[in-house]
Amino acid sequence: MRNMISLQNITFKYPGTEIEVLKNVSISVKEGEWTAIVGHNGSGKSTLAKLMNGLYFPEQGYVTIADIELNKDTVWDTRRHIGMVFQNPDNQFVGTTVQDDVAFGLENHGIPQEVMVERVQTALKQVKMDDFLDQEPHHLSGGQKQRVAMASVLALRPDIIILDEATSMLDPAGRAEVIELVRELKREEDMTVLSITHDLEEAAKADRIIVMNQGEVYREGTPEEIFALGQELVALGLDLPFPLKMAHVLNEKGIPLERKPLTEEELVNELWTSFLSK
Amino acid sequence: MMEKMIFGRYIPADSIAHRMDPRAKLIFVFAFIAIIFIADDVWGYLIAAVFTYASIKLSGLSLRFLISGLKPVMILIAFTFLLQLFFAREGNIVLELGFIKIYEEGIRQAFFISMRFTLLVFMTSLLTLTTTPISITDGLESLLNPLKKIKFPAHELALMMSIALRFIPTLMDETDKIMKAQMARGSDMSSGPLKDRVKAIVPLMIPLFVNAFKRAEDLATAMEVRGYRGGEGRTKYRLLVWQARDTLALLSLIILAGALTAFRFWI
Ligand SMILES: Nc1ncnc2c1ncn2[C@@H]1O[C@H](COP(=O)(O)OP(=O)(O)OP(=O)(O)O)[C@@H](O)[C@H]1O
Ligand SMILES: [Mg+2]
Repeated sequence: MRNMISLQNITFKYPGTEIEVLKNVSISVKEGEWTAIVGHNGSGKSTLAKLMNGLYFPEQGYVTIADIELNKDTVWDTRRHIGMVFQNPDNQFVGTTVQDDVAFGLENHGIPQEVMVERVQTALKQVKMDDFLDQEPHHLSGGQKQRVAMASVLALRPDIIILDEATSMLDPAGRAEVIELVRELKREEDMTVLSITHDLEEAAKADRIIVMNQGEVYREGTPEEIFALGQELVALGLDLPFPLKMAHVLNEKGIPLERKPLTEEELVNELWTSFLSK
Repeated sequence: MMEKMIFGRYIPADSIAHRMDPRAKLIFVFAFIAIIFIADDVWGYLIAAVFTYASIKLSGLSLRFLISGLKPVMILIAFTFLLQLFFAREGNIVLELGFIKIYEEGIRQAFFISMRFTLLVFMTSLLTLTTTPISITDGLESLLNPLKKIKFPAHELALMMSIALRFIPTLMDETDKIMKAQMARGSDMSSGPLKDRVKAIVPLMIPLFVNAFKRAEDLATAMEVRGYRGGEGRTKYRLLVWQARDTLALLSLIILAGALTAFRFWI
């Protein structure tokens, strides 16, 4: 499978600062894959996302998006491949109403009006916000605003979606809504997803996890492989998902589980099957 | 009273005025402002008043609603009326009560000025009452577009206006939150001497500004990743369609201007 995003030996300082926020980072994301990036505050996750979108350019190393090498001349071409959803639901809502917001990106790309109308409709239907066409942002919940942000991205038909802590300001219900939506999109549209998150339960749903630590890639692997690190992750400033913590505490109390559960369902299954065999 | 105040508000409805092209409405209102100055006698003002009344009818709003909604402005107009009445000193004295002398010209001036003011306020309110702010912005952009040739930033201006409109409620909510947070910490913004109250606003403004800049930065990033690179090569989602009624509305203005000119110079 081809690489949709590939970073090679990236080193980066913010202009006018001395600290290297990324040190020799190499990452690749395959087509149709859901990758999660986790790491403590300030470990350089958002900076990675900014480099992928050409908001900054690396000091050393290369960024390649959908086989196009990213530089000042190709930045607008590569941006067409990537849709980004950010953390704050309010600060990325450009339009005065839901439909205007979804249309904003289309207007920028010079899409003809008739096509726009249809694409706005389809995108809002995909995120189940098609009943809110004329709603103003301050009348929407955070989760609804994030879904509109997703629709704005979908209307542009990118191949890659980058979510930079897109669920971190939402309540659990809003969070579940957005994650479920990402999952559906990945399944139906075969999108490549890169989600940057603090929420390891969200990361557990990805195909692959990249752990960042102080501007470097600390470890890379499947969720099982990463969560097998256990307390090592806690030392990196990450919070383990509840089922894993539970398994850990049970283990300390002398009730070892056979497999490390990543979801609550797995935990429950693990618990009652353990009892069955005894 | 603030709830009833309708100055600058939009009232959704489905009327001829609501369905008009915002460009036509903008031209209409600005032209009306100029035309009203032609009137200088009772007949002229009567015609202009009838014209305004017809416009109100076509916007599906009632005169009573407008008057009660514009009460603060009406009070201001009444005040101007009295001012004119007492201070104009021309023509014959009509009434003398002690030191108050009311002149013929005073009555004329007071009547005309308050009439003109009222009609202008009604017409401009009709514009905002029947047009969403975003349509006004779109209309303005489209009207100012020819000025792009002389480097006038029509698109940027319209975008700035629409973003400002979009963020007003957000920033209001935020002000409210910060105010509550400061009040919970013992700050008092509603009583005490003026100096203290002004001082209490500082800790309100600073976080508000800091957050507004943060928002602006986030918004700029969000716009850029969605492909915004200036007005060049952009298409518009909202189409403005000029229809027969828009042309008719402007024709009616020409007739009004003609009638007022006729009354002023020949009749
Ligand atoms: N615009 C900027 N200018 C200068 N330094 C910055 C800028 N943005 C971030 N940094 C610094 O770069 C480092 C990495 O920041 P980054 O935002 O990538 O971290 P992060 O992993 O996304 O953290 P978080 O989990 O808090 O979002 C931090 O030390 C931060 O202070
Ligand atoms: Mg971040």
